[in-house]
Amino acid sequence: MVRAMTVLLLCQLAGTVIQQGTGWPIPGPVMGLVLLLAILIRMGGPSADLHGTAQGLLKYLGLLFVPAGVGVVTELPALRENALAICIAIPVSTFLGLAVTGVLMQWLVGRRGDA
Amino acid sequence: MHSLLPLPLFHVWAYLQTQPLLGLTATLCAWELSTLIDRAAGHKPASNPILLSIIMLAALLLLTGTPYRAYFTGAQYVHFLLGPATVALAVPMYANLPAIKRNFFAIAVSLCAGSITAAASAMLIARALGAPKLVVISLGPKSVTTPIAMGISQDLGGSPSLTAVFVLITGMFGTLICTGVFRLTRVKDWRAQGLAAGTAAHGMATSHMLMLNQTAGAFGGLAIGLNGVVTSFVVPLLVQIFGF
Repeated sequence: MVRAMTVLLLCQLAGTVIQQGTGWPIPGPVMGLVLLLAILIRMGGPSADLHGTAQGLLKYLGLLFVPAGVGVVTELPALRENALAICIAIPVSTFLGLAVTGVLMQWLVGRRGDA
Repeated sequence: MHSLLPLPLFHVWAYLQTQPLLGLTATLCAWELSTLIDRAAGHKPASNPILLSIIMLAALLLLTGTPYRAYFTGAQYVHFLLGPATVALAVPMYANLPAIKRNFFAIAVSLCAGSITAAASAMLIARALGAPKLVVISLGPKSVTTPIAMGISQDLGGSPSLTAVFVLITGMFGTLICTGVFRLTRVKDWRAQGLAAGTAAHGMATSHMLMLNQTAGAFGGLAIGLNGVVTSFVVPLLVQIFGF
């Protein structure tokens, strides 16, 4: 588990170094994700250790969102002032995103419900 | 709160506010309690443990007059794990590589189109309704999983915590409407349903699809990771094109 955690942190570190060094607007951890994916393809898959640690972390992914979400207490005025914009922008854009992706994907794979 | 406590207890309280212990313990307690409630409620979108935990802890901070910064002294240890967890998304993505390769063109086109549609429509609507730049930019990455969304928001000068809230609202709303949207648009293919859920409403809608169908869940998981990468490119571009 320590080795797997080290691999994950090294990928994140490398990603962050690339991001800071190049000024690309892609977050360091996302670069780390791409790096790890490239390594996995090259190595032919994750070790049992890495697989287990990744699954363990992702199982509690929900918990990891909580501290940032509690930050809503510092944003209450901004939310109140823009309540209308937020209450329309999020539902409409989510509806459009679901419809566009779903319709296009179904049309492009060309078959129905047989997956 | 201070005036309600006798002096020795006030000292204990003041001391704990400077230490990580209380914030960290409160976060884990809220999570445990929320998962119990969620299980008892039968995993409804409204009983989502992420949302429940946030409401409990936010109410606690407001009631006790605790500044968010004091809470975060402890909660930062949980928050830090978002980085390695984002990197860890590469592992399930690798497991889905054969499915990605087989449908690569369809996935790439639909995902990019959905990603651009969701981000651009959210930002344009918010701007048209008079929202300031900070809110508009914070809305851009709302369809992506939280760690990635917060990173994008921060890099573009948005508010990561505002983005975290938008991501949650999007996830809950997407979970509530996805089945209805698929019926309305006659999307019956499980691959298409899963990909759409993961693209428009990240892990929350995906975990809902996973309960309905395994294939849909796998394509949802794939979409979460891929859309994180795609949106990292798309939102900065949109900000430049539309001049948000």
